[in-house]
Amino acid sequence: MNLKVLGACLAALLTFAVTPAHSQDEGQRASTGGAQTLEDILARQKGLEVDESFRRDNLGNPENAQSISDNLGVLGGVSSSDLYRGIRYAETDVKVSNNSHASEILVQDGGMSWLLTRQGGIQAFAGYGIGGIIVALAAFYFLRGRMAIEGGPSGQTIERFKAFERFGHWCLAGSFIMLAITGLLLLFGRSVIIPVFGHEANATIATFSIWVHNNIAWVFMASLVAIFVMWVAHNIPTKLDLQWFAKGGGIVGNAHPSARKFNGGQKLIFWMTVILGASVSMSGLSLLFPFEFPMFASTFEVINTIIPAMGLQTDLLPHEEMQLAHLWHAIVATTMIIAIVAHIYIGSVGMEGAFDAMGNGQVDLEWARQHHDLWVEEEEAKGAPIQKVGDLR
Amino acid sequence: MKTMLAAFAFTAVVSVGAYFVLSEMGFSSAETQSAPSVRLD
Repeated sequence: MNLKVLGACLAALLTFAVTPAHSQDEGQRASTGGAQTLEDILARQKGLEVDESFRRDNLGNPENAQSISDNLGVLGGVSSSDLYRGIRYAETDVKVSNNSHASEILVQDGGMSWLLTRQGGIQAFAGYGIGGIIVALAAFYFLRGRMAIEGGPSGQTIERFKAFERFGHWCLAGSFIMLAITGLLLLFGRSVIIPVFGHEANATIATFSIWVHNNIAWVFMASLVAIFVMWVAHNIPTKLDLQWFAKGGGIVGNAHPSARKFNGGQKLIFWMTVILGASVSMSGLSLLFPFEFPMFASTFEVINTIIPAMGLQTDLLPHEEMQLAHLWHAIVATTMIIAIVAHIYIGSVGMEGAFDAMGNGQVDLEWARQHHDLWVEEEEAKGAPIQKVGDLR
Repeated sequence: MKTMLAAFAFTAVVSVGAYFVLSEMGFSSAETQSAPSVRLD
């Protein structure tokens, strides 16, 4: 007898243990007549993911409706609750007069996660990332000092970049710096500018920033194409670049690793600028022309095909496309700003003689031999003119 | 340095030009998201 009771208890325990969670949910769901349960509400308040298919898919079925000729017949098979659920989950066929698919979406809740990501992770990335690289470079400058031309300038110069190369570089650099400043002003408007300068100042700054950002972007995109065409042939990675990196590029230590027109570090900056610049331009175009160039659903489809485990959502609403474009734009742009701050450092205060390459195009011959020895040999073999410093004045 | 300043001036001119061209073409968000019956100005 006792064995039977023990067996029954064990069986009951096992049944309880192996009962799937969803059958418990279904049981609780039945108790609320199919509506959400207390567990759903508590989970949502804790920020946990809630399977909302019980109401997302509960949109009514006209075929199940009582016929209008029957007692208590109805005019349609969709109740008000079904209809509002359809609007809530963007499942209702809404008609609008301006033929815009985006306007057909009346409720879309992705905005909160967009806002929280923008005010949280992205602001932290921008603040700590850009602030961190500035502090790190300042510390590096005080520890390492300015990289001087070993033995001093030779007093002779060689043309490093032609005028059209420098023009393209400065168009890209000037537009990028303005895009970075105005982008950061827009990103930190609510959290920094409003508390410090007030709403009216932020309104003026934001209006100015978005105007500059939207219009100067065209120069950035055009000059990005220009520098790619001008310099891609000189930026193909070679074994020499690995040797350059192995010697720390001469930045760490006192070695002067060999390099042609562009060294390994410059090639890294070039490809970072081209690839991230193209990406930030594409997301920027998506933002410039709202809802016209959705690109994330198709990108996610490609990623899911390559890595099925990713399981990225591919049925994105127009607003979700814009939110993702906005977040991606900020992440890529911030990554670029961090890298470009380092580029600006090494091209100005970090290295003696480096700015001249983009300043007047003429670099000291000794500087060129120390940092781009193979390029100098090629130029000399081609008979490139060597000028004395006084000749330039 | 002259090239740098010329590039900055070119950037400013193209940016202002882009504003007028895009405004003329009706590419603003408000215009693309509205119907002919809506008066925007």
